[in-house]
Amino acid sequence: MTEVFFYIFAATVIGGALGVVLLRNIVHAALGLIGSLLGVAGIYILLSVEFLALVQVLIYGGAVMVLILFGLMLTRTRELKENLDGDQKPLAAVAALVLLGTFIAAFANTEWPRDVGQITTVPFNDIGNALFGRWAVPFELLSGVLLVALVGAIIIAMQEEGEQ
Amino acid sequence: MTALLLQESITTGVELQQYLVLSAVLFSIGVYGVLARRNAVLILMSVELMLNAVSINMVAFAVYTAPSMFVGIIFAIFIITIAAAEVGLALGIVLRVFRNRGTANVDEVDSLKW
Repeated sequence: MTEVFFYIFAATVIGGALGVVLLRNIVHAALGLIGSLLGVAGIYILLSVEFLALVQVLIYGGAVMVLILFGLMLTRTRELKENLDGDQKPLAAVAALVLLGTFIAAFANTEWPRDVGQITTVPFNDIGNALFGRWAVPFELLSGVLLVALVGAIIIAMQEEGEQ
Repeated sequence: MTALLLQESITTGVELQQYLVLSAVLFSIGVYGVLARRNAVLILMSVELMLNAVSINMVAFAVYTAPSMFVGIIFAIFIITIAAAEVGLALGIVLRVFRNRGTANVDEVDSLKW
């Protein structure tokens, strides 16, 4: 059963990702990204980490995608039939395939330490305890990073006087 | 209800390597997108794919091999947060570039080329 769902979600993730890198319409590519990110949320549920699935849907499916769609809208040029790919496309394909081959070869040649057919479920409250106990300082630092980045983004994108 | 709150081992029929292959494929697609696309927002979207591939990898290793410390899961949360910050900042820069130069294509922004 889990296997069936794994392949469904994997197909969603890969299909959406291929849409992002191959589609000629930029808005369709963004919609493909939404599908891919929601598929990743499904993968998290299969891995028994429901918390991450929720975070994934909220942050990626909601906030990040809205930001990206706004970015697309605000940087849209007149020419709609614009070529979205550079001349280096074949080289990029070779690089990606070589990388993938290296990964697969590495997986095939690795001796896995213990029985890798079993997952250990991760309860919600244990994640909370770990996040606010052992990892509290990095967590607070992270909120600082987020705050600084967002203020910086506002300052960079702000319209200066004299600009049209 | 209490059973849900305890850690338990389940055999799911899906092995660690399958998640690793999925994440490797996703990462390679992201690399292709970053290298082949010329629109800055599409490149950002491909970077998101790569970040998600890394998250899947971390979480898969965490639940399959090292469940007691939650390091992989905490890392995935951190990756998601950093990705949100990165998207905000990068879109600000792209907007600025677009306003100053009238294009969001990275190969036309070549002032540093010599």
